Amino acid sequence: MTRILAWVALILGMLYFILPLVGMTEFSLSMRRGVYSLDAYTTILGDPRFRQTFGYSVLMAVATIIFGVLLVVPTAYWVRLRLPWIRPYIEFITLLPLVIPAIVIVFGYIRLYNTSSWLPLTGSSMGTNLLLVFGYATLALPYMYRAVDTGLRTLDVGTLTEAAQSLGAGWGTILFRVILPNVLVAVLSGAFLTFAIVIGEFTMAALLDRPAFGPFMQILGANRAYEPAALAVIAFAITWACMGLIQLVTRLQKHTRAGA
Amino acid sequence: MVGRPRSPHVTDTSLPPSPRRNVLAPILRMVGVVPFLVFALLFLIGPTLYIVLGAFQRTGGGWTLENIVALNTPSVRNAYWVSIKISFISALLGCLIGFAMSAGAVLGGLPKWVRSPLLTFSGVASNFAGVPLAFAFLATIGPAGLITMWLRQDLGINLRAYGFNLLSTPGLIITYLFFQIPLMILIITPALDGLRREWREAAMVLGATGWQYWRMVALPILFPSLLGCLALLFANAFGAVATAIALTGSSLNIAPILLYAQIRGDVLGNPHLGYALATGMIAITAVANTVYIVLRARSERWLR
Amino acid sequence: MAYLDIAHLEKSFGANRVVKDFSLPIDKGEFVSLLGPSGCGKTTVLRMVAGFETPSAGAIRIEGKDIVPLRPNQRNIGMVFQAYALFPNLTVAQNVGFGLRIAGVAGKEAQTRVGEMLDIIGLPLAEYGARYPFQLSGGQQQRVALARALAPRPRVLLLDEPLSALDAKVRVRLRGEIRDIQRRLGITTIFVTHDQEEALSISDRVVVMNAGIADQVGSPFEIYNRPATPFVASFVGTLTPFEATVIDPRVGTVMSGGLTMNLGRPLSAETGTAVPIALRPEAVQLGRASGREIILPATAREVEFMGSVIRIRAEAAGQSFLLDTFNRPDAPPPQPGEAVEISFSGRDVIVIGV
Ligand SMILES: Nc1ncnc2c1ncn2[C@@H]1O[C@H](COP(=O)(O)OP(=O)(O)O)[C@@H](O)[C@H]1O
Ligand SMILES: [Mg+2]
Repeated sequence: MTRILAWVALILGMLYFILPLVGMTEFSLSMRRGVYSLDAYTTILGDPRFRQTFGYSVLMAVATIIFGVLLVVPTAYWVRLRLPWIRPYIEFITLLPLVIPAIVIVFGYIRLYNTSSWLPLTGSSMGTNLLLVFGYATLALPYMYRAVDTGLRTLDVGTLTEAAQSLGAGWGTILFRVILPNVLVAVLSGAFLTFAIVIGEFTMAALLDRPAFGPFMQILGANRAYEPAALAVIAFAITWACMGLIQLVTRLQKHTRAGA
Repeated sequence: MVGRPRSPHVTDTSLPPSPRRNVLAPILRMVGVVPFLVFALLFLIGPTLYIVLGAFQRTGGGWTLENIVALNTPSVRNAYWVSIKISFISALLGCLIGFAMSAGAVLGGLPKWVRSPLLTFSGVASNFAGVPLAFAFLATIGPAGLITMWLRQDLGINLRAYGFNLLSTPGLIITYLFFQIPLMILIITPALDGLRREWREAAMVLGATGWQYWRMVALPILFPSLLGCLALLFANAFGAVATAIALTGSSLNIAPILLYAQIRGDVLGNPHLGYALATGMIAITAVANTVYIVLRARSERWLR
Repeated sequence: MAYLDIAHLEKSFGANRVVKDFSLPIDKGEFVSLLGPSGCGKTTVLRMVAGFETPSAGAIRIEGKDIVPLRPNQRNIGMVFQAYALFPNLTVAQNVGFGLRIAGVAGKEAQTRVGEMLDIIGLPLAEYGARYPFQLSGGQQQRVALARALAPRPRVLLLDEPLSALDAKVRVRLRGEIRDIQRRLGITTIFVTHDQEEALSISDRVVVMNAGIADQVGSPFEIYNRPATPFVASFVGTLTPFEATVIDPRVGTVMSGGLTMNLGRPLSAETGTAVPIALRPEAVQLGRASGREIILPATAREVEFMGSVIRIRAEAAGQSFLLDTFNRPDAPPPQPGEAVEISFSGRDVIVIGV
């Protein structure tokens, strides 16, 4: 009885999830009348705007990841080591982006950092790019911080630090040669997740008027029929790859840990 | 690994040798989190506060509730109401369906191998939101989508004639479920794992049927988690802008789309009304998330 | 006829035979322990009695009626788990009243019964009734679990290593209380443990299990003093094993090394056959004593001070002997290497399997 119910739930659920994937794939292959073809993909990949916006978003994602790691790892480490009492407050701050919709945060940016303000970041394109990276870093903050903090929890940060200090290591060495390698898997997981979030992000990029992949997809969606479906397939593949990489690094770690 | 071993007394230099350093130590220690706090202040808390405070200010300066009151127009009210409705229904359905699928995989009924692919897929699908998700649904049940065409041409069923339209409230709900259900699966599975086999067996041996066990033990234990998930899914849907815009353009009057239009072109004719609109959104998601946090703390206390 | 009768029980998980031809008749009100190393199938036996596992073969009868076809919630059996398994969302009183609520016992009657049960386990309703499990210590939680199992007046009580998760002091106190309550209520009980001291100290009968087989069933005294198999002998208590050859089975003379011993009882083995024999450390005396007719010069090798008891390993007649002697404040134990005398009686020699 329960078994049948469980199977029914699972199969209906799978249908719901698979049909849109089938739908978008089918649609993306149907550009030429009557036969399946890769025309939609050729058009997309040949479009210089695709290459520009995609490249731009990849760049933004990488910048966000680097900035996020440099911000989160030392903070999480220091909090674990010296300021345990402050942890709940820091954690609360990192969870705020789940409460405050991205559109509100970027709204604040536009008003707070416009050309007539004290820090006119939106005045130049470099400044706006920087602002977008910071915005993306806030979006990634809940995931990044949690991943790294969980990674640190399994380490004995205090003992590790003392051991490194007794061997004469300075703070830089401790952070980059002792702590970072030990939370590498957590950092990588956070990084891939950040990549998946940032690559197709729409709201912030569109409102800051950046030539990113998300707004490009939206514009294309408003004007074309088949290419958007091809874009959806590509975006899905990227998301899948990011999640796959997370699983891969986690599994690799388990193996090395078990082997050690 | 790092340098030559030295005698252990080297660590002593890290201890405060004089009372003066003792006084300074707590302040110095704070330096380690300053970059983070500055970042949070400048790019997370500051901008949000600016908006929230702006909602309570006049254009010329001075405090007021005018902006909040001015939101009370049929159009804005309707936008909030539709947003809340979509978010709530998609959250509720997401919770129920996600729970059913997770329970099937965790509590038996389904073979063990189902679990891992289910969780992996949920990780992917919960992150497959925004513009491409809208495209996927347009290609499937949009006006010229795969299923729409199949139903019309092969079965003679015209979805449109039945009043179905993807670019509508139900259409948005169906689309949102694509990330709501997986998110539910991801957060409820650990809670279901936390249900210990002995609880079920203890209940059984005391005479309870499976249903009695669920009603008297399992559901009450899960209740905070379930309600918390509902709140989280609600907030998740409420702030979703990209999917809605890509799916409906700006034809659907919901709070995030209205705010988007306001930011781009001041459609409300008063920037402070935009602040008020945004503040309203924060207030609603904040309530939902407070519910989530409080309830999660409660269930964790039980399950320690 | 036995009240609870387990007959020729078998259980296989796939190709793995976990319980093999396990038979155990238990009288009403009896306290029986299943003792054995981890993985020997104790829990599996218990879970078959409770109804969580279906036997591959065999019968389980209560008052002559086979309960194997019944589901766990139809058996009216009480069970206490190793990890407490209290319902975390219910108070102590609600936990104890759970079975009554299911059975439809309500109102004053239920409340009185819950109050009684909580009194029995020493956690009065007024003070503890409204607490949640997470507000109790491990020992208190396990008491509540016991009260919860007993409240619906089950026909049989099953306890699966109920004390393993507790610390040593609480463990010893609680096992006494469990035995007390069991006697008071006269409830037929199966107690599973891997701790021999626990099993020997509180049971009417002990079943020593080894790889799914009941090696020996008997009173704690029999199990300890007349182990039926080498496994039981080695698992229960400490002993010094010897190989001996039967000289005269009618009067019970055997020879081990150069040593001839008279066991004072006839043996069922032929002259010239080898029999395994053993001595408990407490059967060997440091120095001479009346009634210990075998006296040997020996050398102390290891001296282990354990508090009230001192354990010494001594060598004599080419053999190694373990012996226990009580601590005496006025007489320090011998030093390793010191020459001593040891004595024991042939009647105290254990012949394994007889
Ligand atoms: N559900 C099961 N499936 C497969 N093997 C099991 C199962 N339950 C127990 N076993 C195996 O049966 C053996 C006995 O287990 P158990 O009865 O739990 O031992 P004990 O309680 O004496 O430690 C163990 O080897 C265990 O691995
Ligand atoms: Mg066991």
